[in-house]
Amino acid sequence: MLESKNPKCRELAYQVKLNCLKMVYGGQSGHIGSMLSCAEILSVLYLKILRNITPEDAKNLERDRLIFSKGHGGGALFATLAELGYFPKEWLDTYYQDAGKLSGHISHHINGVEFSTGSLGHGMPVAAGMALVGYRTKQKHHVFCVVSDGDCNAGSTWEAIMLAGQHGWDNLTMIVDYNRLQALGNSEDIINLEPFDAKLRDFGWGVKTVEDGHDVNELEKALTKLPVEKGKPSAIICRTIKGKGVSFMEGNFNCHYGPVTKELYEKAVAEIKAKGI
Amino acid sequence: MRAAFNKALLEIAKKDPRVYMILADIGYGEIEGFANAFPKRFINCGVAEQNMTGVACGVAMEGNIAITYSIANFPTLRCLEQIRNDVCYHKANVKIVIIGGGMAYGPLGISHHSTEDLAILRALPNMVVIAPCDIPEAIEATKAMMAYNGPVYYRCGYKKEPNVYDAPVKFTIGKANVIRDGKDATVIFTGTIGHNCKLAVEELAKKGIKCRLISMHTVKPIDVEAIKNAATQTGAIITVEEHNICGGLGSAVAEVLMDGGVGKVPFKRLALPDVNVSKIGSQKWLIEEYGLGVQHIAKAVKGILK
Repeated sequence: MLESKNPKCRELAYQVKLNCLKMVYGGQSGHIGSMLSCAEILSVLYLKILRNITPEDAKNLERDRLIFSKGHGGGALFATLAELGYFPKEWLDTYYQDAGKLSGHISHHINGVEFSTGSLGHGMPVAAGMALVGYRTKQKHHVFCVVSDGDCNAGSTWEAIMLAGQHGWDNLTMIVDYNRLQALGNSEDIINLEPFDAKLRDFGWGVKTVEDGHDVNELEKALTKLPVEKGKPSAIICRTIKGKGVSFMEGNFNCHYGPVTKELYEKAVAEIKAKGI
Repeated sequence: MRAAFNKALLEIAKKDPRVYMILADIGYGEIEGFANAFPKRFINCGVAEQNMTGVACGVAMEGNIAITYSIANFPTLRCLEQIRNDVCYHKANVKIVIIGGGMAYGPLGISHHSTEDLAILRALPNMVVIAPCDIPEAIEATKAMMAYNGPVYYRCGYKKEPNVYDAPVKFTIGKANVIRDGKDATVIFTGTIGHNCKLAVEELAKKGIKCRLISMHTVKPIDVEAIKNAATQTGAIITVEEHNICGGLGSAVAEVLMDGGVGKVPFKRLALPDVNVSKIGSQKWLIEEYGLGVQHIAKAVKGILK
């Protein structure tokens, strides 16, 4: 049933991926793998989950908050917002360029971006602070925070996880773009987070794993029924693939920093287009 | 001073439901009033200053005023990047309050001294840096800080600081206070070292040297006019701060003098030497040891007027 409901999510994710490739190639920047990893997560959030936020009213007090903590993958958020009309699409062509509108990491100066990030480990404490206020003043909105593997190396992320677990802020959801690759290699060789779900449960969180973090139906299902457990903050661990959709980038940590040549760019675009929506 | 700050804050919080206190397990004997009166606006994040600052920023982003509060370096240096990226970049209404500016925690040692804070915090865009000198000034500074919309660093003293002002204190952020006037030289200070400056200036007055005494309670934005006036109306400028010689009040005043084209005035900075404060003793003793006693200040004034 869900299959038929979500062509829009797949279409948006598809456009986001093509945009990201173009942006990264145009700006000769890095982090394409991190962007391709979360295109579906963002599409589902914006089309299916986040309430009371529109391009015309991005600061509505009743909006669901989304802190995108993996700021280096922010190209994907910019592309999502542009596709949805939060700012002119032409701005994407200025990504990472001199006098450009869009920086390599996301900025709150852009309509629709809740919070600027870029240095990992900053998103969760801020999200926790927002959740604290919403919880204690009985507001109806939800606070989401998208984190990366690298984010979960940072002590400050775990400080926030402990605090939110301690107080049972069930209006807070951490979405992990869990591609298990980070800047210099495999996460399990650097800081192994496993058993990740058990760790989070031990810290007082309700946890759900999305086995295919690129399946928009699975993502929607997991993100629709929140909190995972009443009285606890929720973690949605999305098992994703860094560089998803481009065969020579998938699971290859070189796509964290590696530049995209003209040849690789064209090849990548052709692969994304061949797979279609 | 910390008791006066907490009392003033509590009074403001009674009238303003936006005031939250975000702690990192510090404040014994002082913060209970707030915690008991406003449990929903109080949280102890545990010994986790980065999280404390991020949480405070999130609270402020929701339209509130968030106070972070801890000892000396704890709520500043540990979490400096959260202050820079989260608080300052977003102009979040977060007030970073330290207890025990300078060497107020004396024998506890260097981990509990705050002697580079003015330099570091004033380098951050959107940050206001305040260091009151006595309890009346601290109370007025608290009111001004809470009325201001944006990030503020507040360098609070510790206990029972003697008064520097004789008259009631007027406090405007960025507007220095002339406590006493004179033409021979100007002593500009910030923070609780002001009392030594006051005593030095009084002693000099008995010997016929009339000094202007200025509380530069706001180190950023600094009062350019007060500094330029001191340079053109008095014979010399001496700055005094319980802070490393690098980058603090003295540096800020020197910048104004040079940029303002009034750099020819005889000028001297009195501050802590650029060393780690490794000697052990009370604040009073350490101040003498490191050259910021009353006699040191008086001597510096006399020296520059020779």
